[in-house]
Amino acid sequence: MSLLTCKDFLNELNEYLDETADPGLRQELEQHVNECPNCWVVVDTTRKTLQIFKSTEPEDLPPDVERRLMEALQRKMAGQPSR
Amino acid sequence: MASTNATGVFDESSLVAQARAGDPRAFTELVRRYEKRIFRLAKHITQNEEDAEDVLQETFLKAYSHLDEFQGQSKFYTWIVRIAVNESLMKLRKRKSDKMVSMDETIDTGEETVVREIAVWDGNPEQRYSREELRQILEKAVDSLRPAFRAVFVLRDVEELSTEETADLLNLSVPAVKSRLLRARLQLREKLTRLFKRKGDDVFAYM
Repeated sequence: MSLLTCKDFLNELNEYLDETADPGLRQELEQHVNECPNCWVVVDTTRKTLQIFKSTEPEDLPPDVERRLMEALQRKMAGQPSR
Repeated sequence: MASTNATGVFDESSLVAQARAGDPRAFTELVRRYEKRIFRLAKHITQNEEDAEDVLQETFLKAYSHLDEFQGQSKFYTWIVRIAVNESLMKLRKRKSDKMVSMDETIDTGEETVVREIAVWDGNPEQRYSREELRQILEKAVDSLRPAFRAVFVLRDVEELSTEETADLLNLSVPAVKSRLLRARLQLREKLTRLFKRKGDDVFAYM
C-alpha cells in the first residue's frame, strides 16, 4: 500500500511529470499513481494539457504588424551596420 | 555559405554567424523564424496588443544592436526570449496603475491546488477542434490565469525555459517558480478538462 496521500502526490505532481524526483520518491509516486485511479486521471489530463500547449503553433503576425516590424528592421539595418 | 542541415534549412548557429558577420538577410531570416513566438509571448505577458507590438520590434532591434554580445553559450532563441521578457515586464510596470497584479505578488501559500474535474478526455481535442478554435481555447485559458502564474507557465511550458532561467528572468526564487508552475498547470488542466472531458464520465466516477 502506498504511503502517499493524494494531496502528497499532487504536491509532487511536477516532479513526477518532469521526471525530476529522486529515485526513492519516484518509486513512491509510481506506486501511488498505479493504485489511485483519480491521480492517474490527473496525471493523464495534465500531461495532455501540456502537450497541447507545446504542440500548438503560434498564429501568423497580423499583416500590418509584420510590415511595421520589417520596416523598422530595414531602417535599423540600413542606418547602423552591425559591425 | 553556411552549412545546411539534412532538410536543407539553415541551422540557427550558421544564421547567427552570418548575421554577426553583417549579413542582413541572415538576421531577417532569424526574425522571421521567431517573430510569431515572440509576439505570442509578449501578448501573454503584457495582455495588450499594442504593447506586444512594441515589444516585438524592440526585441529584434535590440538583438540586432547587441548581436556582438551574444555569447553563443545559450541558444539564440533563449537569448531573444530574455530580451522580450524584460521588454514585456517594463511595459507591464508602466501600466501598473491598471488592474495588473505585479509579478512578485505574495500568493497565499495556504491556497489549495484545485482539482475538481476528474474525468478522462474525449479522444484527441486536436481532431475535434479546428486549429483556430483550439488556439483560441488555449489563449483564453492562459489569459484567465493570474499574471504571476501566467508568466511562469508561459516561460516554463510554452517557451521551455528552465526553472532557473525563469526564476532569474522574473526575479523570483526557484521554489516560487515551482509552486506557481504547479498551480498554473493544475488550473489549466481544470479548465481544459471541463471542455474536453468525455460526457457522462464525470467527477467521482472512480470514487
